[in-house]
Amino acid sequence: MKRTVPLIIAATTGFVLIVAYFIPYTETWGETAMAWFNIIAAVAFVLGGFNLMKNQLQKISDRRPGWGYAAVTLISFVITLFVGLAKVGVTPSETYPEYPWAGAYDQEGAAFWWVYEYLFLPLSATMFAMLAFYIASAAFRAFRAKNVEAVILLITAFIVLLGRTYAGVWLTSWVDPLAAQFESPFMSQLITGLRLDRLTGTIMNVFNLAGMRAITIGIALGVASTSLKVLLGVDRSYLGSGDD
Amino acid sequence: MFEFFRNLDRRWVFLAMLLAVAIPILLGARFPEDPSPMVRSVFEAIDNLPEGSRVLLALDYDPASEGELHPMAAAFTRQCALKNHKMYFMTLWPPGTVMVQKQITMLEREFPDYEYGIDYVNMGFRPGYEGPIKLIVTDLKKAIAADVQGTSLDQIPLTRDLKNIQQMDLIINVSAGYPGAKEWVLYASTPYGIPTVAGTTGVQSPLLMPYIPNQLTGMLGAIKAAAEYEQLLIDEYPQLKDNRQAQEALRRMGPQLVAHVFLIVLILIGNAIYFIERRRSR
Repeated sequence: MKRTVPLIIAATTGFVLIVAYFIPYTETWGETAMAWFNIIAAVAFVLGGFNLMKNQLQKISDRRPGWGYAAVTLISFVITLFVGLAKVGVTPSETYPEYPWAGAYDQEGAAFWWVYEYLFLPLSATMFAMLAFYIASAAFRAFRAKNVEAVILLITAFIVLLGRTYAGVWLTSWVDPLAAQFESPFMSQLITGLRLDRLTGTIMNVFNLAGMRAITIGIALGVASTSLKVLLGVDRSYLGSGDD
Repeated sequence: MFEFFRNLDRRWVFLAMLLAVAIPILLGARFPEDPSPMVRSVFEAIDNLPEGSRVLLALDYDPASEGELHPMAAAFTRQCALKNHKMYFMTLWPPGTVMVQKQITMLEREFPDYEYGIDYVNMGFRPGYEGPIKLIVTDLKKAIAADVQGTSLDQIPLTRDLKNIQQMDLIINVSAGYPGAKEWVLYASTPYGIPTVAGTTGVQSPLLMPYIPNQLTGMLGAIKAAAEYEQLLIDEYPQLKDNRQAQEALRRMGPQLVAHVFLIVLILIGNAIYFIERRRSR
């Protein structure tokens, strides 16, 4: 029962959405299924919140390695949730001034806005920006021309790195005057295309595009077959092991 | 010298990278930008719309990608406002609400005549990844009943008569991953033929190339394309020339240039060490 009911729900919803796409009469069925999905997705946020609290509290109570980080996560979660739900520091909206809680929770100057603007935003941006340092270190230590494939990758990387900045234009500024000297349109066009920013465009629009198309088609075929397996109940891995 | 680089502590690399980024920022280094055909196609997709067209702006990104994507989102919003388009903001990412609010704050500051509910509306965040897209293409109010303030869409002049997003003249999506441009292409642009343009991170842009130009009219990939777009916007609308906020991406190209050149130098030094060591070991 624990596995059969979810299986039936998944299969029914999946087939309804497929049918709704091809038969206009059943379009509203698909809309209803999607409305349910959106409601469940919203409820999942609440479940996710409880799950986060449960896991972090467990870590703290068991004094597992890194329990201090769990405490920080939990405290941050509770504070953010409280200031957002209680609308701490929010002034009433202009439309409904008589209701003290009518203002937006993320209003400028409110506690939630402050947490977001001065904690979440700089921390997220810092985490992402640190990539630049690790990329630099990794490029220095690991990006070696060990074989033909690595050499091709290196040359492509140099072209794209330079072509995505003004350095590419500046370094190959001689290309256009040189191309103008050729009377043959073919040769002229060929040489014009050697400017690094244009070469970057060629790499993206020809080589990358061809590869990505192949990968995308492959993924689509894989998704179609996996989806069919799920809908027909052949693949039940998404239901978990059933032990818990 | 060889021994120094061979045993180089990575903290020196970190320090050099910090300087490579910080110095151009502090000096305010700027370089000319020549808009590519792709950037021009995105610009024209917005600019060629008749004044007052309906444009859906879906801002699906978070603070981690703000440095790369905010200049694009701001440029799109400015261009729409300059063309007097009607803007419908929404996001499929929970932190995206703040990204939308930043555009609205910018509109209030730079375009005080633009009125909420008449010229633009903030439909906020909707959970469910691509789920809301599938719903709003046929029935907007089934997925979004009220704006971010809780006002019913039926009471807002801009959305009162809006049945679904098939009535949009253009979808502009700025996204950093899933759900993002790909989902808008798959569930809105392709099945219903709604013209769509996108602004994405450098990492995501190669994945979207196969959809151009039939399913996706055009795309801005990474800060370089954002800088070209800002340049194009300034060329077409000279009133933005003195607006520093409208040149954020252009300012960021200075550090990008130095950081890229520094990366190339590092790779070359690393390879020189590798080849010298290989020759010595023979």
